[in-house]
Amino acid sequence: MRNFEFHRPQSVADAVTLLKGNDAAKLLAGGQSLLPILKLDLAQPSDLVSLAKIPGLKEIRSEGGDRGDLVIGALVTHDEVASSPEVRQRIPGLAALAGGIGDAQIRNRGTIGGSLAHADPAADYPAAVLALGATIVTDRRSIAADDYFTGLFQTALGADEIITAVRFPVPERSAYAKFPHPASKYAVVGVMVAKTAGGVRVAVTGAGSKVFRLTALEQALTENFAWRAASAVEVPPGDLRTGGESSPEYLAHLVQVMAKRAIQACQ
Amino acid sequence: MATISLKVNEKSHVVDVEARTLLVELLREHLRLTGTHVGCDTSQCGACTVWVDGKSVKSCAMLAVEADGAAVTTIEGLSGNGKLHPMQTAFHTCHGLQCGFCTPGMVMRATELIQRNPNPTEDEVRHGLEGNLCRCTGYHNIVKAVLTAAETVRGGAQ
Ligand SMILES: Cc1cc2nc3c(=O)[nH]c(=O)nc-3n(C[C@H](O)[C@H](O)[C@H](O)COP(=O)(O)OP(=O)(O)OC[C@H]3O[C@@H](n4cnc5c(N)ncnc54)[C@H](O)[C@@H]3O)c2cc1C
Ligand code: FES
Ligand code: FES
Repeated sequence: MRNFEFHRPQSVADAVTLLKGNDAAKLLAGGQSLLPILKLDLAQPSDLVSLAKIPGLKEIRSEGGDRGDLVIGALVTHDEVASSPEVRQRIPGLAALAGGIGDAQIRNRGTIGGSLAHADPAADYPAAVLALGATIVTDRRSIAADDYFTGLFQTALGADEIITAVRFPVPERSAYAKFPHPASKYAVVGVMVAKTAGGVRVAVTGAGSKVFRLTALEQALTENFAWRAASAVEVPPGDLRTGGESSPEYLAHLVQVMAKRAIQACQ
Repeated sequence: MATISLKVNEKSHVVDVEARTLLVELLREHLRLTGTHVGCDTSQCGACTVWVDGKSVKSCAMLAVEADGAAVTTIEGLSGNGKLHPMQTAFHTCHGLQCGFCTPGMVMRATELIQRNPNPTEDEVRHGLEGNLCRCTGYHNIVKAVLTAAETVRGGAQ
């Protein structure tokens, strides 16, 4: 690993200043994606800007009372989401998803902001933010989940933009089902289903180069919320990744199976 | 170079490290605490598991500078007054190790697990140890050791 300057700014504004105009600077949150990358010399930043000392990024709170959004700070760890009484009570599907990320040690360090910034095509949180219709809040704007994921490891974030929180509308019900890779626990396929007052949303992670919605299944479920609906669903072949360990046919089948499990878990 | 101060196994240290120094390198190479092992390059095996402020983390996936101000516990700090921790005793009596390479990380994670969940099911133990790989035992005796240690600790608390 190449050496770098290490910074621990005390405010988001100071962190942005350290990133501005320096393409070789990188943010560090839990380090559970970034440090493995640095150890393999796949990236060689000149500066690492740690978010750890910035106050206010570790909160979980409900805004606007019982029906208001659940807001989770960017530095909240996977374990904190999984064990938060507030998340477990208001969006149990999200708490369960966080409790299935990686392993206990990864969950003790990895953060929701880091996971969303990294945008691994097999990560779990992208399915949650897309199915729940969440909003990514940054130092300068709010980005709807539908506009956030732009490609393989690509997001709408600017080079010096910092995620500060994620805002989740609370669904009537939601559940996530994943078929984990046995070695890493990343999703071979993961499906999140959310039933909201405005209809049903379904997001798939793992199967494609980025997380995507299954609009045909959403429509079927909005009319009749029954797991059998998933049998008829065809995944657009263009959405599926090719050339990996799994064939597109296998991935498409897994999407159906995981969708059925998630729908059943919602009922 | 950065100067950091931290506690390791209750003892205070002030050390100069390069920013790129991993916590596990600080422990093994600077402080000579070689009980913490390195088993992989990919942050998957868990042999390097230590506690930082009471939480188990992979010390190969954390920078030493990130531990500035923290309290770190390694396998050397688990036993007290020359007495093994009940988890260590249970690994011994249940034959929870063969070559022993994974054991320090296993014991640290397993001990955190029973602190957070004093009466775990077998399933919870297996799920809770997913970040620790063992190439020898096939895990059965490790799981047995963790359940036994949990029982011992519960008995002791009554
Ligand atoms: C063995 C192993 C197994 C894993 N299994 C899973 C799994 O099953 N499912 C899963 O989803 N993930 C898994 N992960 C990844 C893990 O969830 C990471 O924690 C997560 O992807 C990154 O979060 P972090 O806080 O560690 O970010 P870091 O590693 O610190 O940063 C990741 C990237 O995000 C950027 N960044 C960090 N925070 C912000 C921010 N607030 N604003 C803007 N940019 C930011 C960084 O610059 C960096 O580019 C696994 C990781 C390992 C090592
Ligand atoms: S050495 Fe393998 S996880 Fe740290
Ligand atoms: S006892 Fe040999 S690796 Fe676990």
